[in-house]
Amino acid sequence: MSTPFLSVQDLTVDFHTEDGVVHAVDGLSLGVEKGTTLGVVGESGSGKSVTALAVLGLHNPETAKLSGEILLDGRELIGAPRSVMERIRGAKAAMIFQDPLTSLSPYHTIGKQIGEVFRRHTGASRAAARDRAVEMLTRVGIPQPKLRVDDYPHQFSGGMRQRAMIAMALVCDPDLLIADEPTTALDVTVQAQILDLLRDLQEQTGTAIILITHDLGVVANTAHEVLVMYAGRAVERGTVREVLGEPHHPYTWGLLASMPRLGAPVDVPLRPVRGAPPSLINVPSGCPFHPRCDYPALAGPGLCRAERPELSPHRGHGDACHLTLARKQEIVGTLVQKREIVR
Amino acid sequence: MLRFLTRRTLGAVITLVIISAVTFFLFFAVPADPARLACGKVCPPELLAQARHNLGLDQPLFAQFTAWLAGIFAGRDYGGLGHCPAPCLGYSFVNQAPVFETILDRLPVTVSLTIGAAVVFLTFGVATGIVAALNQGRPLDKIVSVSSLIGFSLQIYFVGTLALYFLVYQNQILARPQYRPFTEDPLAWAAGLVLPWVVLSIIFTANYTRMTRSTMVEQLGEDYVRTARAKGMTGRSVTLRFALRGTLTTVVTIFGVDLGALIGGAIITETTFGLQGLGRLSINAVTDSDLPVLMATVLVAAGAIIVFNIIVDALYAFIDPRVRLS
Repeated sequence: MSTPFLSVQDLTVDFHTEDGVVHAVDGLSLGVEKGTTLGVVGESGSGKSVTALAVLGLHNPETAKLSGEILLDGRELIGAPRSVMERIRGAKAAMIFQDPLTSLSPYHTIGKQIGEVFRRHTGASRAAARDRAVEMLTRVGIPQPKLRVDDYPHQFSGGMRQRAMIAMALVCDPDLLIADEPTTALDVTVQAQILDLLRDLQEQTGTAIILITHDLGVVANTAHEVLVMYAGRAVERGTVREVLGEPHHPYTWGLLASMPRLGAPVDVPLRPVRGAPPSLINVPSGCPFHPRCDYPALAGPGLCRAERPELSPHRGHGDACHLTLARKQEIVGTLVQKREIVR
Repeated sequence: MLRFLTRRTLGAVITLVIISAVTFFLFFAVPADPARLACGKVCPPELLAQARHNLGLDQPLFAQFTAWLAGIFAGRDYGGLGHCPAPCLGYSFVNQAPVFETILDRLPVTVSLTIGAAVVFLTFGVATGIVAALNQGRPLDKIVSVSSLIGFSLQIYFVGTLALYFLVYQNQILARPQYRPFTEDPLAWAAGLVLPWVVLSIIFTANYTRMTRSTMVEQLGEDYVRTARAKGMTGRSVTLRFALRGTLTTVVTIFGVDLGALIGGAIITETTFGLQGLGRLSINAVTDSDLPVLMATVLVAAGAIIVFNIIVDALYAFIDPRVRLS
């Protein structure tokens, strides 16, 4: 099997702070093919955004220390010169952010902000860039694009701003789009529109998408594959059907049990994952999830505390947990029976 | 825009009238008697009464104030000194010179001092602030931060006196500070003011450096600056087109206030360098109990601050499209 279009191998991102070294991402591997969407889920602080920023080289090199391998179309991005990264960003790999209001410059018109990416990477004229901006606004479904192109972000609604962000990210037809919680700041109805838009655009352009979210519902509807992250590591990986249908990791169970959904039995309360996300300076020994896990006793005495489980098997549906497969299937069966999680 | 200006001008006039009234009545709360000063050391009661009448001080306070106020708009008749055309600010108690002309005479000195210094401190302050922000945490940033802290702590009369002694009197590197009208001889104008400009700028530069640095650091952490980098914009364009743009708002705000305050009178600077500007005029008016001059300098100072505030608010709308003048 050839390397995927984006291949991240054994990525670590450490931040050196006054309090100690923050291990934000610790040995993460992932791959995304063109035309597919990888959903990355996990709590706040699980390293999702840090990973995304690392792929685009947006971390401050003085505070963030990266190691491992990030191959985009076979090209190593870690340690690439700044000028190379500046040419890749916005052209081959683009990103959209969570809050479209603060992520757009309040001082420049929407058209300028879209057009300048195009000019920067294609050397197009001002007029051509403006035409392109209008074209992109049309594609993302902004009404009256010829008029709205001269508006400022504050004159747009939240959903329109995110559409403009998407237009800006896609103006150079990037091969990779990283969407960092693109719908978190939006109304639910607008969320669905934005996700539909992303899916439609992907069908037209064949872009690879990394969709970062903490919303499993979004993943279920949009992604092809899922990566569940905890404390900077991948704890479960597989297709949407595998991970959401046959979840193997106790953390994934926890996420599923804490997620409200329509049609769920009203008499079963939502169950949050107990405890708080771990400190990334003093990551718990062994399996970082063991202090919050309900099942360490079933894995063998002291095993979860002592030994860090690796993600296995190597390909396909894998998880990082010491429990045996039979045991996991048994527990999932019980949870489904208790209607705490719905497959 | 027109509505904004009308509204603000109206507000400014009201503010100025209130400030004048407060100054006027405060003046009489102080036990100094201008009539006695005008009358001289040996002053029989009838001469004192005469002096009091000449200065208009025998009128009720409120009538005095309204007469002064009316004089600005309509001119005023003085018995012995004849008609004073609008805008009439009265005659000095001390030397009987028309106050309006004195102000016009002194204003260019203060304006020259302010503008020259403003060019220096704005340029250097913003430039060093940007450099420090872009090198945040590195030695260069620390050097800039420490030196601006030192500059900020220095006093004009201290630095000014040292500079005068060493650069002017001891070594004759610079000309003695003096005011020559720009229209007469631009070179002599600049040469005479260069030392006050530099000394005044030391303190202000430090302030602008600190402010530009902190705002810029904040701006560089903004989401939209990150977006600009994620779009592949080069480092320089990210700095200049995005981060600096947001920094401008803060700089313009403080700059407007500083300009207004400086036009109102750089009292210490003018005194240190013996420049006959508005600051000097106002401090002399206070010590001489020269009410008309005092009222006029307060009016100019307050007016300058108000005008620059209006300009700043109008500028906001140009800098930040989110601001609407209404």
